[in-house]
Amino acid sequence: MTDGRAMSTRDRVGARLGRRHRNEVAFRLLGLAATLVGLVFLAVFFFTLVVNGVPAFQQTRILLDVELAADTIDPDGERDPETLRTASYQSLVRDALDERFPNVTSRGERRALYSLMSAGAGLELRDIVTSNPELIGQTLSLWLLADDDVDMAVKGNVRRDLPESARQLTDRQIEWIEALEADGRVDLKFNRFFFTSGDSRDPELAGIWSATVGSFFMLLVTLVISFPLGVATAMYLEEFAPRNRWTDMIEVNINNLAAVPSIVFGLLGLALFINLFGLPRSAPLVGGLVLSLMTLPVIIIASRAALTAVPPSIREAALGVGASKMQMVFHHVLPLAMPGMLTGTIIGMARALGESAPLLMIGMVAFIVDVPESPLDPSTALPVQVFLWADSPERAFVERTSAAILVLLAFLLLMNLAAILLRKRFERRY
Amino acid sequence: MASSTLLIALIGLTAFAYFLGRQRAIVGVVAAKKGTRPFHSLPGYYGGYVALWCVLPALALFAIWHAVEPVVLRAAVVDALPADMQQLSEGRLGLVFNDVRNLVEGGVQLGEPDPTIAAAAERYSEVRQTSRRLLAGTVLVLGVATLGWAVRRVRPDFRARNRVEKSIEYLFVAASTVAILTTIGIFVSVLFEALRFFQQVSPFEFLFGLNWSPQTAIREDQVGSSGAFGAIPLFTGTLLISGIAMAVAAPVGLMSAIYLSEYASRRVRAWVKPLLELLAGIPTVVYGYFAALTVGPFLRGLGDSLGFEVASESALGAGLVMGIMIIPFVSSLSDDVINAVPQALRDGSYGLGATQSETIRQVILPAALPGIVGALLLAVSRAIGETMIVVMAAGLAANLTANPFEAVTTVTVQIVTLLVGDQEFDSAKTLAAFALGLVLFLVTLALNVIALRVVRHYREQYD
Repeated sequence: MTDGRAMSTRDRVGARLGRRHRNEVAFRLLGLAATLVGLVFLAVFFFTLVVNGVPAFQQTRILLDVELAADTIDPDGERDPETLRTASYQSLVRDALDERFPNVTSRGERRALYSLMSAGAGLELRDIVTSNPELIGQTLSLWLLADDDVDMAVKGNVRRDLPESARQLTDRQIEWIEALEADGRVDLKFNRFFFTSGDSRDPELAGIWSATVGSFFMLLVTLVISFPLGVATAMYLEEFAPRNRWTDMIEVNINNLAAVPSIVFGLLGLALFINLFGLPRSAPLVGGLVLSLMTLPVIIIASRAALTAVPPSIREAALGVGASKMQMVFHHVLPLAMPGMLTGTIIGMARALGESAPLLMIGMVAFIVDVPESPLDPSTALPVQVFLWADSPERAFVERTSAAILVLLAFLLLMNLAAILLRKRFERRY
Repeated sequence: MASSTLLIALIGLTAFAYFLGRQRAIVGVVAAKKGTRPFHSLPGYYGGYVALWCVLPALALFAIWHAVEPVVLRAAVVDALPADMQQLSEGRLGLVFNDVRNLVEGGVQLGEPDPTIAAAAERYSEVRQTSRRLLAGTVLVLGVATLGWAVRRVRPDFRARNRVEKSIEYLFVAASTVAILTTIGIFVSVLFEALRFFQQVSPFEFLFGLNWSPQTAIREDQVGSSGAFGAIPLFTGTLLISGIAMAVAAPVGLMSAIYLSEYASRRVRAWVKPLLELLAGIPTVVYGYFAALTVGPFLRGLGDSLGFEVASESALGAGLVMGIMIIPFVSSLSDDVINAVPQALRDGSYGLGATQSETIRQVILPAALPGIVGALLLAVSRAIGETMIVVMAAGLAANLTANPFEAVTTVTVQIVTLLVGDQEFDSAKTLAAFALGLVLFLVTLALNVIALRVVRHYREQYD
């Protein structure tokens, strides 16, 4: 009797066992698939960025024999720096092109020919001549900057076999480029402008340097304000504050601030710092102030965690040998908690570096050519530069946007790496 | 004297004060060895005490002066203006004052300055110069005076350490109020501007109106630009995109958290978890770029090949990418919660013969449910407040639709479009952004408070 019932239970279990095991495998595969979704996205993401962005680190240049004609540059022969600076160097580039293609004569065609070269070619010539005036009169073979449409065609980003109406370059221009390529006069060189100049309407002249400097000033302001404030708040809450309503309120506040959307901080910056205090728009100072309010909760939370990790025995020992509470904190607890606090600060800074929404509110979406010299100059930031370029229609800006993203990600990676190393180096078990 | 020079001078004076105070104490200690009374604190504390007394009153004076100076300057300039200009309305007077200031600061000039403005500018810079000189003099005199007073208090029985430590503690208290001041600042500034908006547009129309086209007429007789501020299409757009994002992030994040904490080997976990967290470290503008340039066109092409129309700025594209962005957020929070479920519950379930997935579904998830709900609520608040992805990949036109293949706009997109670029203050268009900001702030705040409370309440159960 009991045997029979046991058998039947076992049978019932056995009958369902196959299905249960199949469910188990299915569930497990579902989990694996979910994990893979994130990883696959990450891979696709980096692959697209690298494929799109890496070519922007190189730029097409064309080898031209430029005669630095004295009567164009310096007709008076006085080598006056002002004359040298304001001479029309672009016309030298044009002359060089004319010489290269002597049978191009009609006005329209010559204009099409000239548009192969960037306005930056003349600027580069100017720099060469003003730093070496003795070169005037000589003929130099120089790799000069090509226009962004030429650059795209040379890199193969724009297909040359498209119908003429569907591309930026005409058939004649493509012919010229191919003639130059056949002579070995077209090559990809390191893109100097991308790292040294500010924004520009011409993609081949646009760079990230002014945005990088703007971001640097902003992070500087953020660090100077949020680090001392964050550490002081954390020390107060962990070491000195009595447990009461007031400190409870501060704690709830900090946790909430950490989750307030960043754009709301931008609204605060606009209403308070710009409209009420009259600070200048587009200035890294205001951006830094807004970002420090955003970073503050991150630093406070990390610093408190670092302080709680210091064991009470150290505090008791310090108090036991007669230190005051302040001496105990400053001489013993703070040095032990400092690596943790710094790690939290670096992570907060990395977040601030990638933040762009609040900066849009305070007017940092601006077309900035000049490199800012102080935190009060109008400026933009790296992520905002990405945002601006992503809106530009030219094909060459797509490449530059990806390259700027790569630079931004490289900075973020470095900062996070520094945080990890710091943690590894000073991590301590009590 | 420029403000920066004055501050540097003040720093120098403070350093001098520190050394003076310390030196006096050291001399006193040496003397104490010969039989007088010993000092209560270490010499450095006396230095710190003197330095604090030297710098704090001077700084306070400096700050007050800079707060009051503009008012005095303005009064002086208005006084210098001819009588008929003094009769101008407050707003016009402000414009004149701005012209004067522009002239002095060397800002952008249009043509030759008006002689009266030039005279006022003269007066302005004169008064300002006097004010700055006076400030430098008083600040330095005050600094030296308080320094002298404090140095005289350096005596053996004076408890410098207690005083210095007390003031440092006050500094800490002041620092910790910044967090509260920020919250109050956000609330007050946004509320203030929003109230001005509600003077022009009724809150009822704003919250329940179905039509959003924030173009107000520049001229009275302009056609078709009366401006409509019904925010319902924005709310539904926000909900649609956040809904799509959560539909991606909630299952994927939760399942990957389960896989990583319950199934994956230690080595896989050690590699995959940081990789997934990389997703959380990528700036949102990069996600936006990806959504606009890769995902949007891809979905459009996919729709074309399947024979139905997908807008290139569809809610689906923005929502999908936003979902990917939130995955690590959901998974790391759920991971914490799942790990907090005691091992005894798992062992009990295995002992009864349950398989691993049955244990997870019938024991662990119900036990972890409050925490997971909290995590999801936080993720929703993150999705609602997310800006860059939607600014770059969602539409601008306010469509009232639930079709994920159409373009919709969101609250954050509208805030950005209303405030970026040239803006006129006091216009309903600009102020509307603050009203939207107020709604956004209150909704996310409510979600956060509820989520934090749920999470906290749950954590206490197993501790």
